[in-house]
Amino acid sequence: MSLQNPLGRVLGLGAAKEGVHHWWVQRLTSIALIPLTVWFVVSLLAMPAYDYTTLVSWIAHGWTPILLVMFIAVSAWHSKLGVQVVVEDYVHGGVKTLSLILSTFAHTLVAAAAIFAVLKVAFGITT
Amino acid sequence: MPDRPLSPHLSVYKFKYTLLSSILNRITGLALTAGLLVLGYWLVALSQGAEAYAKAEVMLSHPFFKLIFAGMAFAFAYHLLAGIRHLIWDTGRGLERRQSQQSAWAVGVISVLLTAALLYWACTRAGVL
Repeated sequence: MSLQNPLGRVLGLGAAKEGVHHWWVQRLTSIALIPLTVWFVVSLLAMPAYDYTTLVSWIAHGWTPILLVMFIAVSAWHSKLGVQVVVEDYVHGGVKTLSLILSTFAHTLVAAAAIFAVLKVAFGITT
Repeated sequence: MPDRPLSPHLSVYKFKYTLLSSILNRITGLALTAGLLVLGYWLVALSQGAEAYAKAEVMLSHPFFKLIFAGMAFAFAYHLLAGIRHLIWDTGRGLERRQSQQSAWAVGVISVLLTAALLYWACTRAGVL
């Protein structure tokens, strides 16, 4: 038996039951980001030079594009979840909804553009 | 929105460094979100060929950006360690007051040392040191 009253049910009030999923994915992405971010930072610092040729051959080589794509996707996802919590805590009303929509769109756009760029370089498509 | 009662807010709590460690995790997280934009810009410039990248390289090697990268190194170090602290909390460990105060200190001190190590590495390889 549900303790929710019929009007509340019709209006869709109460928890959306998505909190646990948000919490879990934030933890999952945290764990994945420990090795991914350490790999990325160490790779950047160990890079012999930051000129075009060196970087292009680094991105195209071996596991780099695969790790880079995962790094970008997981970072963007984790960041989207984190920004969402901050917005929900400090922004209220209609501005909150608008901010959440903009944050989601911006994260998706940055991730898509960055992943596409990595693939272009990895496949040797230079324009 | 109707005026609803608010739960106790920031201003009613006495300031403690554990509070600082919590807010710093948020601030460094947001800084890393900004870093994601720089990463995107850098990769897209790279994918547009040598000429486009040369322009980005000039901009990103400006002293202002070097300062940004130094800040990013701290944000990375702090958020990484504070994140590990959170993951340990999630297993139910380290939640006692004294333990959380000690881990707040540990995260602060180790993240500063880690940042120093990262910056030292960056400076030696750039020929500054």
